[in-house]
Amino acid sequence: MSNEELERQFQEKIDNEIKIEPRDWMPDAYRNLLIRQISQHAHSETVGMLPEGNWITRAPSLRRKQILLAKVQDEAGHGLYLYSACETLGVDREDTIDDLHSGKAKYSSIFNYPALTWADMGAIGWLVDGAAIMNQIPLSRCSYGPYARSMVRICKEESFHQRQGYEIMTHLANGTPEQKAMAQDALNRFWWPAMMMFGPSDNDSKHSAQSMKWKIKRFTNDELRQQFVDATAPQAELIGLKVPDADLKFNESTGHYEYGEMNWDEFWQVVNGNGPCNKERLDARRKAKEDGMWVREAAAAYAKKQEKKEKRA
Amino acid sequence: MNQNLYKYLIRLGDDSLIIGHRLSEWCGHGPILEEDIALTNFALDFIGQAQSILEYAGKVEGAGRDADDLAYLRYEHDFRNALLVEQPNGDFALTMMRQFLFDAFRKPLFEALTKSSDEQVAAIAEKSLKETKYHLKHSSEWIIRLGDGTEESHKRTQDALDTLWRYTDELFYEDETDKALEAAGIIPSISKIKEEWEKTVNNVLTEATLTLPTNGWSYGKGRAGLHSENLGYILAEMQYLQRAYPGAKW
Repeated sequence: MSNEELERQFQEKIDNEIKIEPRDWMPDAYRNLLIRQISQHAHSETVGMLPEGNWITRAPSLRRKQILLAKVQDEAGHGLYLYSACETLGVDREDTIDDLHSGKAKYSSIFNYPALTWADMGAIGWLVDGAAIMNQIPLSRCSYGPYARSMVRICKEESFHQRQGYEIMTHLANGTPEQKAMAQDALNRFWWPAMMMFGPSDNDSKHSAQSMKWKIKRFTNDELRQQFVDATAPQAELIGLKVPDADLKFNESTGHYEYGEMNWDEFWQVVNGNGPCNKERLDARRKAKEDGMWVREAAAAYAKKQEKKEKRA
Repeated sequence: MNQNLYKYLIRLGDDSLIIGHRLSEWCGHGPILEEDIALTNFALDFIGQAQSILEYAGKVEGAGRDADDLAYLRYEHDFRNALLVEQPNGDFALTMMRQFLFDAFRKPLFEALTKSSDEQVAAIAEKSLKETKYHLKHSSEWIIRLGDGTEESHKRTQDALDTLWRYTDELFYEDETDKALEAAGIIPSISKIKEEWEKTVNNVLTEATLTLPTNGWSYGKGRAGLHSENLGYILAEMQYLQRAYPGAKW
């Protein structure tokens, strides 16, 4: 069968909402785009453990500590499913991790912002996981089977994460004046970075059109951003916090919120490695891999010895 | 109140709380993603144990303190955990050796406590035992793998054993509190727990090709509230928000 014919059948499946599975024929560009996207998604989960992991030892109650531990553990688990989904495309997990460590592969820029106070645990859950859900729900219908299926489970957990974050914020907003100020400060710092999680505006997004055609992406960056604002702005109002956007207002005729211009210069600076914590996050991931090298070597050496023993027996 | 039971529960709860704290420090920094998940999961188990044990301790005390009051508002000398659990994580070998020596003690202890004449203690032990069996399996397997892995891993694991050995004797500390509770059928005889611990430790360390330290030096007065310098730092971190914002609810 000619490549054109294979490609035609492939696109027909996608148009008919039939999932592409690991052994099916797929264009190289589709495979590469998925490898890039899924591995970066996996890296985002593991790098994303760091800002919140940093508060586990300081969580203010045993209940909060348990919830936070469970949440960060979920993120590690998401990383694991996603690396596995990525491996179905024929790449090795450790190779993709090396690409992260060398700076070749990216991860979500949001994790390059520092988690400075306990309220950031609220803001991250509420806004960052909230924005992630907006991105991920449509991905659970994406054309590549293993990615779509991993998203179904991940979204369930993310929605718990979003709720626990909002619950933290609600407590703080109804707490002492210091706690309320802490919550407002976290919202001030995380609002715009969360808005930027949806990526460049549609006019500047270079991967969008092809992703839409292949049904990896179902909504544009700006559509998803709008959904996020529409869902989140009233939640802020409900607990008496103010979104740090002077232009934010509800438009009765469209039924949507209008919002101000984003600082795209900051966005590109952080994407390109110049955010507040880019270096710290990558250093921490590299250090974990380097420090763990002797452990992985020991496990491999032990397994080999056992194999030999079994052969002799 | 039953002063002895309160004292005992504080020891038990503090052991879980502090080792859980130490394990949680690994979160995001494990040697491989699967192990990161495991360490975080164990931390979660231990904090959960601390919550139920300290909650019950507060009830027994009858002074209106709950688990959070006991975890977050006591001072260094009020803590009664064994020194073993507050030792720093070090490398992965040290963390795993600390875990193994502790799990090997906790398993027979919880097994025996499931038969406690105190229903609440028995129920807590029942739930904790399930977790502990898994913890011990995990830490034993790592000790064997690391001990009998490469030259480097063997050396690191032997060093860890040599470093931590002096803190193991304290796990079997016994005073009039324990004797009174033992007489009441609430806790088992510690000598039986020690026998089981020695058996497990000997078996696993032998398989791991490690050598038991011959130095008989032992140290540990954590049960009497005398800690290493480490505990102050742990509490400074753990209690920070409760201390900085007195009376705030989170």
